[in-house]
Amino acid sequence: MAEERRQKLCSVILPTESMKAMAESVGVGSLQEDSCLALSEEVSYRIKEIAQDALKFMHHGKRRKLTTGDIDHALKLKNVEPLYGFQSQEFIPFRFASGGGRELHFYEEKEVDLSDIINTPLPRVPLDVSLKVPKEQQKTDSTEPLKAVKPGQEEEGSIQTKGQGASSAEVKGKEKMRMKPRSTHELSVEQQLYYKEITEACVGSCEAKRAVCVCVCSQGPKLKEFCLALFIRCNIMNSKYTTKHLLFPLHELIPAVVTCIVSKQLCLRPDVDNHWALRDFAARLMAQSCKTFSTTTNNIQSRITKTFTKALLDDKTQWTTRYGCIAGLAELGHDVIKTLIIPRLSVEGARIKAVMDGPVVSNIDKIGADHVQSLLLKHCASVVAKTRPLPDMVDQYKVDYGYLGTMLCSHVVKARAQAAFQAQTVNRTTLTITQPRPTLSVSQSGLSTSSGSRAPSIIKVPSSLTLMSTRPGTPTQPSPPATKYIVMATSAGAASTQQVITLSSSQSGSPVTSTVPSTPTSLQPLVKLESGNTGAVSGSRPLQKYIVVSLPSSSSSLENKSSSVLPSSTSPISMESAVKLERSESPAANTQSH
Amino acid sequence: MTPLLSAPGKMAAVQDGPMELDTEKETKPEILSDGTSKLSGNAASGTLSSSPLTAGGAPKQEDQQTLIAVLQFLRRNKLSESVEILRREAGLEDQEDSQTLDGSGGGKGDRDGGEANSLLSRVSITSAAAPQSTLTPITVKRANEQLDVSVVLSAYSQQGDPSLYQVYYSGLKNFIESVLDCHRAELSQLFYPLFVHMYLELVYNNHENEAKAFFEKFGGDQECYYQDDLRVLCGLTKKEHLKGNEVLLDFRTSRFVLRISRDSYQLLKRHLQERHNNQIWNIIQEHLYIDIFDGMPRSKSQIDSMSGSFAGEARREVNKVKVFHGLLKEPEIEVPLDDEEDEAENEEGKPKKKKTKKDSMGSKSKKQDPNAPQQNRIPLPELKDSDKLDKIMYMKESTKRIRLGPENLPSICFYSFLNAYQGLTAVDFTDDSSLLAGGFADSTVRIWSVTPKKLRKVKSAGELNLIDKESDDVLERIMDEKTASESKILCGHSGPVYSVSFSPDRNYLLSSSEDGTVRLWSLQTFTCLVGYKGHNYPVWDTHFSPFGYYFVSGGHDRVARLWATDHYQPLRIFAGHLADVTCTRFHPNSNYVATGSTDRTIRLWDVLNGNCVRIFTGHKGPVHSLAFSPNGKFLASGSTDGRVLLWDIGHGLMIGELKGHTDTIYALKFSRDGEILASGSMDNTVRLWDSTKAFDDVETDDFTAATGHIHLPDNSQELLLGTYHSKSTPVTHLHFTRRNLLLAAGGYSSQ
Repeated sequence: MAEERRQKLCSVILPTESMKAMAESVGVGSLQEDSCLALSEEVSYRIKEIAQDALKFMHHGKRRKLTTGDIDHALKLKNVEPLYGFQSQEFIPFRFASGGGRELHFYEEKEVDLSDIINTPLPRVPLDVSLKVPKEQQKTDSTEPLKAVKPGQEEEGSIQTKGQGASSAEVKGKEKMRMKPRSTHELSVEQQLYYKEITEACVGSCEAKRAVCVCVCSQGPKLKEFCLALFIRCNIMNSKYTTKHLLFPLHELIPAVVTCIVSKQLCLRPDVDNHWALRDFAARLMAQSCKTFSTTTNNIQSRITKTFTKALLDDKTQWTTRYGCIAGLAELGHDVIKTLIIPRLSVEGARIKAVMDGPVVSNIDKIGADHVQSLLLKHCASVVAKTRPLPDMVDQYKVDYGYLGTMLCSHVVKARAQAAFQAQTVNRTTLTITQPRPTLSVSQSGLSTSSGSRAPSIIKVPSSLTLMSTRPGTPTQPSPPATKYIVMATSAGAASTQQVITLSSSQSGSPVTSTVPSTPTSLQPLVKLESGNTGAVSGSRPLQKYIVVSLPSSSSSLENKSSSVLPSSTSPISMESAVKLERSESPAANTQSH
Repeated sequence: MTPLLSAPGKMAAVQDGPMELDTEKETKPEILSDGTSKLSGNAASGTLSSSPLTAGGAPKQEDQQTLIAVLQFLRRNKLSESVEILRREAGLEDQEDSQTLDGSGGGKGDRDGGEANSLLSRVSITSAAAPQSTLTPITVKRANEQLDVSVVLSAYSQQGDPSLYQVYYSGLKNFIESVLDCHRAELSQLFYPLFVHMYLELVYNNHENEAKAFFEKFGGDQECYYQDDLRVLCGLTKKEHLKGNEVLLDFRTSRFVLRISRDSYQLLKRHLQERHNNQIWNIIQEHLYIDIFDGMPRSKSQIDSMSGSFAGEARREVNKVKVFHGLLKEPEIEVPLDDEEDEAENEEGKPKKKKTKKDSMGSKSKKQDPNAPQQNRIPLPELKDSDKLDKIMYMKESTKRIRLGPENLPSICFYSFLNAYQGLTAVDFTDDSSLLAGGFADSTVRIWSVTPKKLRKVKSAGELNLIDKESDDVLERIMDEKTASESKILCGHSGPVYSVSFSPDRNYLLSSSEDGTVRLWSLQTFTCLVGYKGHNYPVWDTHFSPFGYYFVSGGHDRVARLWATDHYQPLRIFAGHLADVTCTRFHPNSNYVATGSTDRTIRLWDVLNGNCVRIFTGHKGPVHSLAFSPNGKFLASGSTDGRVLLWDIGHGLMIGELKGHTDTIYALKFSRDGEILASGSMDNTVRLWDSTKAFDDVETDDFTAATGHIHLPDNSQELLLGTYHSKSTPVTHLHFTRRNLLLAAGGYSSQ
């Protein structure tokens, strides 16, 4: 085959007719057949030569496509004046014409009216060269395991950067993000049928069918992406299949979900369309996947929390993203609300106030602020109701929570009332408390210290908060009696104090906390029992014991600092505290170079 | 500091010197006339290396010679009248007479008489040059390339019956196919050079149709890796085309080197003598260099791994020169105990004694490496205070370095250039990974800061005057805060920028461009400081020495040049490649320079004396990337054929072949400890290879070391540790941070 091609190459010579045509075009009327032949051979050879040189420029330009520029440079090498006027990077539209037994390819040069050019508005300035680094990667410490990106996955990755980057991009306030045009993928008829089948199976009521479909989808790698989208839509995450079949593409799922939560703009008409519901839903989904899939290695929850928090703390975040962040955090549980949202209430209140009372800047902002406000009230009220001691004084609320205080107060009152009446109502986050598994022991924390430098992410730091999240905090709930909290501080001195501060800050507003900070300042093992007074409305709540153990600093590895608490019970739906994790990860952040 | 300066004349002598005696034995009258040719390849180096050879008063002879050639042609075609007229007009009677005496002995005989004078002068020059050359046997004689084109071509003028060429060739082909298996592979090497030379002879003698038929009949038999050359060749069908075709000239001027065992050679010789096949025997004698060795004939795979280059394999003796591939001793720097470091650890009150021990790891390298060059073999710039600080930083960072290995692969962070519209041509990172430079086809160079630290210019002279020079933070004060930005654009080139290189101290940036210049930019003021003009043609690559001050550049004019930043003329010109120098790299000890070329060879040059000390053949396409291992012992090279080859510099051997990429490899980099080799390619992938294993697996017994007949295990798949695809971003550059995080960069191409 190669031979054939080469033969062909060898014989490729411009037709003499072309020579004639060219000669005519420059005014030479009658050209001898012989001279045509000679010319065409010479010209063909020279063209080949130029093309070969031009290829060199293409290679060095690191391109796969030969451009007119390359040919110009090749001509320049030969000391020939380049052909001007063919600067197009793209396809040059040669036109074809035939007539009088001749075939002709030519480049159409239209006559242009100068005034037309002058009068047309300037085209948009092309975008400048910019450098993109995936945020996720940028933060990657070299200790993290390598992520193998398979073909086609980069797209997902870029969504992730978009999603997470959306918040940070807005943070910068520089980039104008535009809705990415929806990319169209062509589906064959078979694929369309298949899609239909699968959709029916997923959405339909037939459980058996669904099982089969999930099975099929999880096996066909090509269908994965497509099915994922489907599954998200069909809320199949809730079903039992998730763990079995969908664990593997978690890294593909999460970016999409996060995008739905925090994206600045999700639909074309943000002022009219109800994208808030989508955000709520996605946030719930996120919380759920955190619960289901968060492990010590992937640390989803902490990472997600971090992302949300970062965006929330930024002043320039848009309302839509802000809403998403709050929703996302709120869905992660009461403790997260308590530690991350409630302290921010006054700040957010001020911001909302600025929009509500200030001059009307944009309707979108106003809607956004409105939504954020109701969201905050909805989520905070229940938490405040549980944690704040009783007399709900409006003034006091105002002092504590600023602009939102008044409304919060009324919400809290309502919530308390509701709680008292509907004693059995389960929290909307659908936390299902399973039997506590008293499997984790103190010694395990010791083990974890021996592991390598990746440890910061390995330790199940937030266990203390785990307890709090699963704790029988709702006074109305039949809680496991007398939960014991074992709080362990392994290192002495500054570190342990700090850790306690973290603890206390994470529990601000709760009467329990006031007792905690005073604990472990000494070096000896120390066990302290505290009776937790929940201050809840109902007195039915059983007594809680906090056992705080402080050990001398026996080892020096980083993670000890954060492996502070071990629960006597760990529920599978463990909630990790963002604050805690951020602390645990900060050393890693310090050591990394980027 | 004394710069390496050498007069160009001296360089030329070195280059021209090694004319082996066997050239003289040949009857071929290769008259060395002054290179008046307009060939690009000769333009730059010609002025240098031809200087000792101009004595013969060549220009006149050149004319005469052309005339003689014409006359000969006329006579052959029985145009006696024209012969007479031309003779009269040119006043060539005397020469012509002598020529007729020599009579019909073909082209060479004709000239022997006519140009006895010039030949004499040439021989005397050659023999004078020969003694000097004993030190440096360079295979491909640069001097040869100075031959005038017409002379070169007239070498083909010998007449044979054009219709018999096919018979000759197929006769040889039949013979080679019928010999014992063990010899067949070796003798098959003859096919390609013979084919090319016979084809060119046909073309030269105006047998266009025979040439075409010959090409069509046998062109398909050639090894697939000669495709590119054959494509060029098939375009050549006219004698006029031969003039000015560089490819042809290369082929003609450099003798194709074959490595054949003695047994096989005897076999061939016997066959040709029996058959009285003088045509082929002449070509072998005149155009080929057969490097005969004693011992077992090589296998097909052994041959294939080494062949592919433009002019055959490297001669064995070329790679015998000792190369000091060891590293220079690190200067001892006292590392002050650093307090602000590791605050995180301090919080715990953790003892940090052991940190201090690690810092003084300079002691490890105190022992001199026996393979290392003398510390002052070439003058190196002295360390400035800032360099020392940087070294300290480096040491600190390296203590935190992740140890890589097959189980512990690096994370890869990809920097994509958006909206570059396919215009990104070159990328470089600073050693500390704080800055990134990109060269673009629109002739700009852009610099980005990839850390939060912004890029700032130094204030203008007037403003600088106002600064309190005694203050402690004077270095901070001289910076103009108003100019802080994340990226800066450097404009100055007038053609696409093909490579960029940061100086190790991060104060300068080099860029080379299609416009034939290399520019030096200051990263303090973000202005151009110097434009180094020397290459007349596009400069494909430039690279700073690891110690700064020196840099090397290589371009379309087929030479690599060594420069010092404070000299506007090159200090060394490395001439020898038969085609464009596509990439250049400094050895970690700065004493050597490696260059890769379109002629599919890699050469290693000694910076001290400009000699070529290694020639590596084996690539089947233009070499586009090179990387030295951190210990200086090995070299990796990647080419358009998608293969990475590994070379042992000390022994001059190929020691590995890494197959996997499907397109040109533009980026190669060893991890900081040399355990991992990363390669990035046009096929949008980054691949990681286990270089430790690749180097360990090599059998280096004495035999292979002596003969260079390495048997490569085909273990690419075992060595491949990972393949990482980007969606649509070719990998232009790779860089390991000081902690072994892998950074990759490339321009996103939308389609």
